[in-house]
Amino acid sequence: MCKDCGCSITQDHQGHHGHGDHLHSNPQLNDKKTLSVIHKILDKNDVEAQHNRDHFASHHVTAFNLMSSPGSGKTTLLECLPEYLEQKYAVIEGDLETSRDADRLIAKGINAYQIQTGSACHLDAFMVHGALHHIDLGAIDICFVENVGNLVCPASYDVGTHKNIVLLSVPEGDDKIEKYPVMFRRADVVVITKSDLLPYFDFSLEHAKQQLHKLNPNSELLVVSVKNSDSMKTLANWIVNHQEQ
Amino acid sequence: MHEYSIVMSLMEQCERFAQQHQAQHIEQVELKIGILSGVEPALLAQAFETFKLDTVCHHAKLVMNIQPLVLQCSTCDTQSQVQERTIICPICHSQHTQVIDGEDMMLMQLILET
Repeated sequence: MCKDCGCSITQDHQGHHGHGDHLHSNPQLNDKKTLSVIHKILDKNDVEAQHNRDHFASHHVTAFNLMSSPGSGKTTLLECLPEYLEQKYAVIEGDLETSRDADRLIAKGINAYQIQTGSACHLDAFMVHGALHHIDLGAIDICFVENVGNLVCPASYDVGTHKNIVLLSVPEGDDKIEKYPVMFRRADVVVITKSDLLPYFDFSLEHAKQQLHKLNPNSELLVVSVKNSDSMKTLANWIVNHQEQ
Repeated sequence: MHEYSIVMSLMEQCERFAQQHQAQHIEQVELKIGILSGVEPALLAQAFETFKLDTVCHHAKLVMNIQPLVLQCSTCDTQSQVQERTIICPICHSQHTQVIDGEDMMLMQLILET
């Protein structure tokens, strides 16, 4: 039977479908083989991610993947952290365009390397691998990967970091955990940022906690503002306590 | 729209399997898409239709099986399947569960024309 339309004509097919090579590929003349594969689609990325992790481990560096929507305060957090963190760190920055984020960090004396993804909405393990060659891992204890601002796509890609930090800023709203479950499911810690704005927004910390509990009960939730040094210390402690041994 | 890069990885795998098994074409590609894998099936299908034209899959049919979450509860020791995006055990409401399925996207089967 013809596989294009289900008709039973097997001769003079050219006129019927307009394919010059149709007779040649008549399935009746071919053998079919069903192949069970069971293969992760992003297997190649995962292998490269493990390679990155091994690379970090060989230099005793712990890597954290920072993910959130654009504008929730990833770069600002990284600008302010040196004050609270003894450990030396470098940052791999991912953005579609510009090196503005890396420039901001470099201006603060932080070693940063910018990846411009062009139109790609996420970093993958290969991009991070490329960036690692520009960073002296011997000189640092921690490497932050600041992913492209996006609550969807980066969740599907292991970039070879050890822990995932997901930010959610108060103005974005407490319903985002429910709306973007895959991302928050991947989080080892959820950091509610811009908490100094809590009095001005209808953001319920309780609701956020409930949602996170349903999806990812093992992750912690921290409430942070860069203007509140106690909250920054709590975040710094979390990072120190989650360094690889 | 990371579905496009996912399809690129998928096509690479298909090309490799086709080569390994000396297949001329791939007739059908069967995937398992977990509901918490972060992939939108409609977008994936669209990306597949776009990218397949220049590959060994050019007249392949895409079959997607959507996989709900499968939870193994360590409190009541039962396995259950849930359609919602929660990992709380539907039977005893414990949070001590392990997600056994529903978070991955896998290539499951290929029908090859040799």
